[in-house]
Amino acid sequence: MSIDLSQFHQVFFEESYEGLDTMESGLLAMDIGQPDSEVINDIFRAAHSIKGGSGTFGFSQVADFTHVVETLLDEVRSGDRAITQTSLDLLLSSVDCIRGLLEQLQAGDDPDLSQAKSLKAEFEAVLAGQEPSGATQSTESDSASSTSESVETAGDQSAPPPSQDNVGEGNGNEGNGNEGDGNEGDGGGSHGWKIYFCPEAELLQSGNEPTRMFRQLSELCDGQFFVKAVTNKLPTVSAMNPEYCYLAWHIELRSAVDRADVDEVFEWVVDSAEIIIEPLALASTSTDPIASQPASETASEPSSTQPSVQANTPAAAIEPSKASANETSEESAKEPSKETAKANKSTAQESSSIRVSIDKVDSLINMVGELVITQSMLGQLGRDFDISRVQRLQEGLAQLEHNTRELQESVMKIRMMPISFVFSRFPRLVRDVSRTLSKKIELVMAGENTELDKTVMEKIGDPLVHLIRNSIDHGIEKPDVRASKGKPETGKVHLNAYHQSGNIVIEIKDDGAGLNTEKILQKAKQKGLVPEDAQLSKEQIFDLIFHAGFSTADQVSDLSGRGVGMDVVRSNIAALNGSIEVTSETDKGTRFVIRLPLTLAILDGQLVRVGEQIFIFPLVSIVESIQSDDQAINNVGGYSDVLKLRDEYVPILQLSKAFNIPTTQKNLQDQIICVVEADGEKSGVVVDELLGQQQVVIKSLEENYRKVEGISGATILGDGTVALIIDISGLAKMSGVSLKHLDSAHKAA
Amino acid sequence: MSAVEEEQIDDQDIDSSDINPQEQVDTEQYLTFIMADEEYGVDILAVQEIRGWESATPVPNSPAHIKGVINLRGTIVPIMDLRQRFGLPAIEYGDETVVVVLKVKLGRAQRVMGIIVDAISDVYDVPAEQVKSTGLGDNVNARFIRGLVSVNKGMVILLELEKLLTLED
Repeated sequence: MSIDLSQFHQVFFEESYEGLDTMESGLLAMDIGQPDSEVINDIFRAAHSIKGGSGTFGFSQVADFTHVVETLLDEVRSGDRAITQTSLDLLLSSVDCIRGLLEQLQAGDDPDLSQAKSLKAEFEAVLAGQEPSGATQSTESDSASSTSESVETAGDQSAPPPSQDNVGEGNGNEGNGNEGDGNEGDGGGSHGWKIYFCPEAELLQSGNEPTRMFRQLSELCDGQFFVKAVTNKLPTVSAMNPEYCYLAWHIELRSAVDRADVDEVFEWVVDSAEIIIEPLALASTSTDPIASQPASETASEPSSTQPSVQANTPAAAIEPSKASANETSEESAKEPSKETAKANKSTAQESSSIRVSIDKVDSLINMVGELVITQSMLGQLGRDFDISRVQRLQEGLAQLEHNTRELQESVMKIRMMPISFVFSRFPRLVRDVSRTLSKKIELVMAGENTELDKTVMEKIGDPLVHLIRNSIDHGIEKPDVRASKGKPETGKVHLNAYHQSGNIVIEIKDDGAGLNTEKILQKAKQKGLVPEDAQLSKEQIFDLIFHAGFSTADQVSDLSGRGVGMDVVRSNIAALNGSIEVTSETDKGTRFVIRLPLTLAILDGQLVRVGEQIFIFPLVSIVESIQSDDQAINNVGGYSDVLKLRDEYVPILQLSKAFNIPTTQKNLQDQIICVVEADGEKSGVVVDELLGQQQVVIKSLEENYRKVEGISGATILGDGTVALIIDISGLAKMSGVSLKHLDSAHKAA
Repeated sequence: MSAVEEEQIDDQDIDSSDINPQEQVDTEQYLTFIMADEEYGVDILAVQEIRGWESATPVPNSPAHIKGVINLRGTIVPIMDLRQRFGLPAIEYGDETVVVVLKVKLGRAQRVMGIIVDAISDVYDVPAEQVKSTGLGDNVNARFIRGLVSVNKGMVILLELEKLLTLED
């Protein structure tokens, strides 16, 4: 019975991440005063499946940690505990922690447990701090370890042999396993446990596997595990149903194991099996007579300074080991932000699989079916073809074209996912950031179901995070400032997505202070981005914020103001063939509008010829194409040609020169100039001839070759040959034809 | 055309493998081709297919030995002229010119590239211990060479594909 579980790991991770997302959004939506029991149940279920899954796949670190989270949630669920802001925050940070652990496990690293440990300690403090009323499965009776004791116990960690003092205090710690990993004994099971496990015959059908449980038990007690099967229920071979379990087992764990851990192993089968767990009364495993006292006796002398965790309160869910972590929690609590930052830093995994709705797959199958029919029809036609059938051939080809197009569209649809995958992280972000800045902010989201290509989605996340942070940090004012301006104290950030003419539009709008044009202009002049005497329009000033090294924040804050950001946002969006614009009004707010193509895989292209080669310009970047005219072209200081286009001057570059292509046309005047725009700058590209326009499928050139300057990719034309797609901004850069360059050249002259 | 040639290779494969490969653990098979009267060998497991020369789309500002890119069933594949890569005199491409499409793992990625050679020659089983070093030291082209091996009185130059296809200048 050995199945390679690792093949399911990917699925487990993905499901766990989904579970974490559910937990996170549920927690964020939670109203502290009146928690919705349905939401709590959702959160609990998510935590439970993560725990179950991680246990099954052997990620015990995750399972251990999730267990305490689950315990708290269970108490909330059963109404024994009111949810407080503290526990809510704790739960949220535990979601981050579990995510961090999973990411490390997924990357194949050993997870860093320090954060988990300190959080776990906090959880236990919360669980112990109030009187929980019997909601946990733990039935051990001697968890009477007060905080003061636990510090002492932790202090004993350096001394491996059992310390008499320690035991004398009567907290039942044997001291033989104080590593704080939760596997140590306490009075009740200090020598281990004797377990009788008699499952119902249908056990196997519910997917529970005794072998796996035994393995877990064996791991718990480091192999000090003895099992004896009870075979008296075995029927004769003829009467045997191979899917039934007829065996029962006597199990002895001859090692100090936490009762809760033992219970956990049987957690899934308690309803479908008879399980008797009792402490193992066997002196051979211990030489310490005091520690081997029965549990009740130990409990009768609690030296507790914290009466709420009385030894005979059966529910106290403190495992002594973890109480000892209380001490470490103080240390690590000093730098939680650091820990969190570390967890966040771990590489954002771009998941390599997508979930597709069955409808989409069904429609694909239908189309493939049609395609097959068309193909066989054409095949039949081709076998004995004569000129009389040319009509049918044409019909067939038309049908083929139709099928192909439909197929293409549905395949593209598979890659489309609702943008809520990106949006879902923002409520948390807004909550965290607004708390750090002590601002009141409400996030309003709309259009979460707008569909977008998966690749685009993965790359738009970070720019959006940046923009939203900016809105909160710079845009929305502090409550008192807002009040003095006569605005409601709570600022609003709108996040909206919708489709518009083949593009997806994402809007980020706040009702904050708006961009300060004066300040921006001043800063830009200070930094030499614009000349001192420049007269700029409002739009041009807004545009300045996208320049590299520009930041107007008076103080560099943790969140923004370092001057890296808006330029990166713009270049990221440009890399997706998208655009961003900003409008703003003082004290009314700022609005960013991002336009993105629906997909990266297909592009509307303009075919152009240079020499004997064909290149493709993205149609969106072409402003206009004109026949070049002697009058309009001026040479600037022998350096470069400039085209006078109505009332502005546009630098000209020749594709044949930039790409070293021999061209027949020597005269600028006979050629065509495509005026293109990239990064907000126009330039004129000289080509020999404009050919048709068509949709092209973008293929990677880098995959088998390397990045070529001025080229963004390749495509395959109708005749099967390869044509290269021009990267407009890269082309402008490599030819040195950008306005900035010209400006400096001009100045130098 | 490519199909025909692949069949030929299969035939030769059987002829020239006089030793049972199962017994010889450290034997590698090499596909060899002729270029400027020398015989070169590449690891046969890296050979994806062999096809005739067809014109490629030039890539701007690329080294002279990169002849351009072709469409290989929907994948964009660069084509390298091995003669020019090694600084041998270039020859006109004709009907006989052959492109060997190689697929090589480079780190995590996989790269497919075509190399233009004069003609395909043979397939040999080469025991690993018979591969001798060139002794050429740091000669520019020596870094592309895994080693030399003698086969039927002739010498075959075995190429180090990982180095050859990394495109360093």
